[in-house]
Amino acid sequence: MHEDLIPMLLTGFGETLYMVVLSTVAAIVLGLPLGVLVVITSTGHVLESPRLNRVLGALINVTRSFPFIIMIVLLLPLSRFLVGTTLGATAASVPLSIAAAPFLARIIENSLKEVDRGKVEAALAMGATPLQIVRKVLIPEALSSLVLGVTLAVITITGFTATAGAIGAGGLGSLAIRYGYMRYREDVMFATVLILVIFVQGVQWSGDRLARRINRNQHRLG
Amino acid sequence: MITIDSLNKLYHTPRGTFTALRDVNLQIEKGDVFGIIGLSGAGKSTLIRCLNRLEEPDSGSIVIDGREITRLATHDLREARKKIGMIFQHFNLLDARTVQGNVAFPLELAGWPRKEIAQRVEEILDLVGLSDKAGNYPAQLSGGQKQRVGIARALANHPEVLLSDEATSALDPQTTSSILELLADINRKLGLTIVLITHEMSVIKQICSKVAVMDRGEIVECGAVQQVFSAPSSATMKLFLEHSALLQGYGAGI
Repeated sequence: MHEDLIPMLLTGFGETLYMVVLSTVAAIVLGLPLGVLVVITSTGHVLESPRLNRVLGALINVTRSFPFIIMIVLLLPLSRFLVGTTLGATAASVPLSIAAAPFLARIIENSLKEVDRGKVEAALAMGATPLQIVRKVLIPEALSSLVLGVTLAVITITGFTATAGAIGAGGLGSLAIRYGYMRYREDVMFATVLILVIFVQGVQWSGDRLARRINRNQHRLG
Repeated sequence: MITIDSLNKLYHTPRGTFTALRDVNLQIEKGDVFGIIGLSGAGKSTLIRCLNRLEEPDSGSIVIDGREITRLATHDLREARKKIGMIFQHFNLLDARTVQGNVAFPLELAGWPRKEIAQRVEEILDLVGLSDKAGNYPAQLSGGQKQRVGIARALANHPEVLLSDEATSALDPQTTSSILELLADINRKLGLTIVLITHEMSVIKQICSKVAVMDRGEIVECGAVQQVFSAPSSATMKLFLEHSALLQGYGAGI
C-alpha cells in the first residue's frame, strides 16, 4: 500500500459526497415542481391542462434521452456561465442536477399518482386550493414513497459522478480512472470501488429505514 | 334551503352520450334528512356531487341557502364548499394524519387559529364519541370508527348542509345502524340539513323524513317517507318495496 492512498481516497470521497449532495438538492428543487405539475395538470386532476401536461411530459422525455456524457459536453457553456469554470466538482454538479431532475420528476410523478383520488376529492369538497392539495394531501400522503424515490435518485447520481469524474469532475470516479486504470494502481481501483459499494449500501439502508419509519405510523395496527 | 331547478348532466363517452341527470327538480327544506334512493347507475351519485360541484352540471341551477352554487366562480365556490360537509363511502381519510389531524384539516383550510382548532377538534370528537382515539391513525380504526372521523371532519367547520355519498354502503348492518343513529342525533341536536344517497331501503326507513326515487337520471317519485312507502306510485319504488319485503320474509324464515 502506498502512503498516498488514504489522503487521496479521503479527498476523492469528499468530492464525490459534495457533488452528490449538491446535485441531489438541486435536482429536487428542479424535479419536485416538475413532477408535481405533471401530476396535477393531468386529465381529471386539480389543475387540469392537457397542453401544459404534454409539454412537460415531452420536456422530461427529451432531457432523459440524452446519454449523460453527452449532457455534460452540451452543458459545458452553462457550467462555465454559472460556476465560472468547467472543471471540478461544483461545475460538474450543473449537468448532474439537470440530468437527474427529469428522472426524479418521473419518480415523484409515480409516487404522487399512487395517492387515492378519494383523498384529493375530499379535500376539494372541503374547499382546498390546488396548492393546499399538493402541500397537505399529495406530498404528506406519498411521503414514504417519495423518500424511496429520492434514495433511488441519490444512488443514480452517485453513478453519474463517476462518469463525470472521467472528464474532470474529480471525486472517486476520477481517482479510479486516473490512478486505477491509467497508472495500473490496483489498490486505488479496489479501494474506490469498495467505498462506492459501501456508500450505496448505506444510502439504500438509510432510505429504507426512514421510509419504514414514516410508514409505520400510518399502518401500525391498534 | 336547497333548490334544484331543471338540472341536466350528460356524459360523453366513446360509445355515445349518456344522460346522467335529466331535468331534475328538488326542494329540500332546512332540517330535513332527505334521502335519494335508486339502483346503481340511476344518477344519484352524480346528483349529490353536483351539489358541491365535484361534478359540473350542463344546465340548470342549484341554490343552497340563498346562494346560487351553479354560478359561483372558483374562489367563491371554494368558500361555499367550506360550509358544505361531505362524507364518503370509502371515508377518504388522510392516512398520514391522526384522527385529530384529520378533523383539524378542514379548519386549517378555513384558516382557523391553532388554539381554536384544538378546542373545536376536541369538542367535535366528543360529539362523535371518539375522544379516546384522537391520537390514533386511520389504519388503527374499524370501518365504523373511520366513518365517525369522516363525520367529525365534515362537521368541524359548522356546515349548513351535510352530503352523504353512500356513507354506510361499506359497513356491516350493525355499524350502519349506529352511524345512522349518529347522523339522526346530529340532525336533531344541530338542526343540520342532511342529504344522503343510498341503494338501501333500510337507510331511508331508519332516518329519512323525505325521499326521492331516481331511475335512469330522473326523479320518478318524491315525498314524505311515510307517504311514499305506504302508497308508492313509481315502478322503481314498488320494486324496492317488494324486494325489501322479500328479504324480511327470508329473514323471518331463517
